Amino acid sequence: MSPASVIFLVVLLGASGLFARQVGKIRRNIGLGRPLDRTDRRAERWKVMARVALGQGKMVARPVAGVMHILIYVGFVVINIEVLEIVIDGVLGTHRVFSFLGPLYDVLIGGFEILAVGVLLACVVFLARRNVLRLKRFWSKEMTVWPRSDANIILIAEIILMGAFLKMNAADQVLAARGHAHYTLAGSYPVSTLLRPFFEGMSDATVYGLERAFWWVHIVGILAFLNYLPISKHFHIILAFPNTWYSKLTPRTQVRNMPRVTEEVKLMLDPNADPYAAPAEGQVEPERFGARDVFDLTWKSLMDAYSCTECGRCTSECPANITGKLLSPRKIMMDTRDRLEEVGRNIDRHGSFQDDGKSLHDRISEEELWACTTCNACTQACPVNIDPVDIIMEMRRYLVMEESRTRPALTSMFNNVENNGAPWAFGPDKRLQWMEEQ
Amino acid sequence: MEPLKVPTMAECAAKGESPEVLFWVGCAGSFDDRARKITKAFVKLLNAAGVKFAVLGQEESCTGDPARRAGNELLFQMQAMQNIGVLNGYGIKRIVTACPHCFNTLRNEYPELGGTYEVMHHTQFINALLKEGRLKVGGGSFKGRRIVFHDPCYLGRGNGEYEAPREVLARLDAELVEMKRCRQNGLCCGAGGAQMFKEPEPGTRDVNIERSEEALSTDPAYIAAGCPFCNTMLTDGVKHFNKEDTVRVKDIAELIAEAGDL
Repeated sequence: MSPASVIFLVVLLGASGLFARQVGKIRRNIGLGRPLDRTDRRAERWKVMARVALGQGKMVARPVAGVMHILIYVGFVVINIEVLEIVIDGVLGTHRVFSFLGPLYDVLIGGFEILAVGVLLACVVFLARRNVLRLKRFWSKEMTVWPRSDANIILIAEIILMGAFLKMNAADQVLAARGHAHYTLAGSYPVSTLLRPFFEGMSDATVYGLERAFWWVHIVGILAFLNYLPISKHFHIILAFPNTWYSKLTPRTQVRNMPRVTEEVKLMLDPNADPYAAPAEGQVEPERFGARDVFDLTWKSLMDAYSCTECGRCTSECPANITGKLLSPRKIMMDTRDRLEEVGRNIDRHGSFQDDGKSLHDRISEEELWACTTCNACTQACPVNIDPVDIIMEMRRYLVMEESRTRPALTSMFNNVENNGAPWAFGPDKRLQWMEEQ
Repeated sequence: MEPLKVPTMAECAAKGESPEVLFWVGCAGSFDDRARKITKAFVKLLNAAGVKFAVLGQEESCTGDPARRAGNELLFQMQAMQNIGVLNGYGIKRIVTACPHCFNTLRNEYPELGGTYEVMHHTQFINALLKEGRLKVGGGSFKGRRIVFHDPCYLGRGNGEYEAPREVLARLDAELVEMKRCRQNGLCCGAGGAQMFKEPEPGTRDVNIERSEEALSTDPAYIAAGCPFCNTMLTDGVKHFNKEDTVRVKDIAELIAEAGDL
């Protein structure tokens, strides 16, 4: 094995190992959530995943961003076939190991190049939308320095990767034309052929050096990118698939039931129940009502948080946000993820979670929570079926049932419902009054 | 005009009758001055179609929707269990309601607590009556007038029903127009999630103003609603823009009842 192959193998295994470790931590963090069964209606789940994640069904609701996103997505997936070749070449020390495919190889490489240009252009447009046109949803309050930089880093990285890919191909052709050892004319190069003049005047050694450099930049760049994903919003490219598979399939406005409350209510309504009965042997301490911290959310809410790529479509459709309220569904997801990451680091340090005196409520204020109309515009808008309303509902439940904190008018509403069976101060005896009026 | 007379379930049970459907009036439909008019319009339609129906009257109680959305799960479930007890006690199979919030709760949230019924929104019910020919309506005074429909979140996005209200409105021979944000992209009126019962959180404007402005921008003669809360929010919004003399906010049941001169 050549030294280059050994170095390549070390880099490849190191990067893969690091990635596996990071994914393992995310998996563990998602597992901190409460149980929730989302394994029913499997056939429907595969369909939702195929339509929403694989087919990008909700992206095209905004055609400009949608079409360009599909370009990057298809480019990313397809060009990764090339990565397979690069990995094999890297390990075996071969050159363009798939070139035996002949005409098919020409089609593949030619297709990759055209896609690469598409990806490049889309990334440039996306950068412009964020930094030149400054679209509102990329500059709202929660889009602080890191989320904005995160997006730019990803776009620039993709541009560098695609650039390296095309230049590598151009140098390759020059070397093949000159009959350089190992380099055989394979593949068709509709785009990079235009870059050949750049290398023509250089010596064989220089072109060879550059070709190798671009090859390494391309593959090391991809491995670095892979390891950037788990610390970035960009992890959505992986989680979009499971996250849509585990989508909420019940009607959007159906709120999740709390079975523990059902048990208590049944006990309250049962005339034969003994209110002073000792709890059954071995009964664990009941979980808290609603969500104080990330542990109290379902694992799906936590997966939602890691799936969010901060595109802000939810927030730009949210009636509360549109009318200047503090609530932003995107911020709910970002705060949940930030808190979960904080909890994860705490576990990394101590082996298990040590109370840090903080909670999700330190990040998400009551004013935000009480601004939601539960209209589900956010869940409709989300291209990967994230559900911020579930988190808002759980946090409201905690405020009301554990802390008795609510808005004063809501307290009156509760009292009216409890005493009159209506949210207003009218008794049941007035329920049929409408019949008597003209 | 004769006062409307609707039997209660208790009266029906005493006579050994079982009506084909229960009309769940809801709290707004019972107590809110504006929404009571919707209740009466819908009752007139049911009578005109010869539907045998009844109400619960004093035995009806809040479904618990606002309590649940405001985080008070205990209160919601107390309400739900009581209502389910009453509904199951009468052996209710079918329910129709003019409130999308009651509709959503009865249809989606009661089954888990032991109450499973066939639940319809009144626009779905009216649509069925029209299709079956039990109810006949011409355009009446609405012929050629501009009507814009506001999708209630709990009917549309929440339960996927966008067509029934539009199909009913299409019978009016009116000029139906759409707002830019319609159907699954419809903008909330601002009342959902228990907002109806509290002051809005601080912001630059109220949600109902934003939505009413959009509705008014289509230059309608009527804004059609399918929810008593949307109705209130949009009526207030239209007043905010001093348009109440030229633009009327009407429930779909009211439009059909008026078209039929009921």
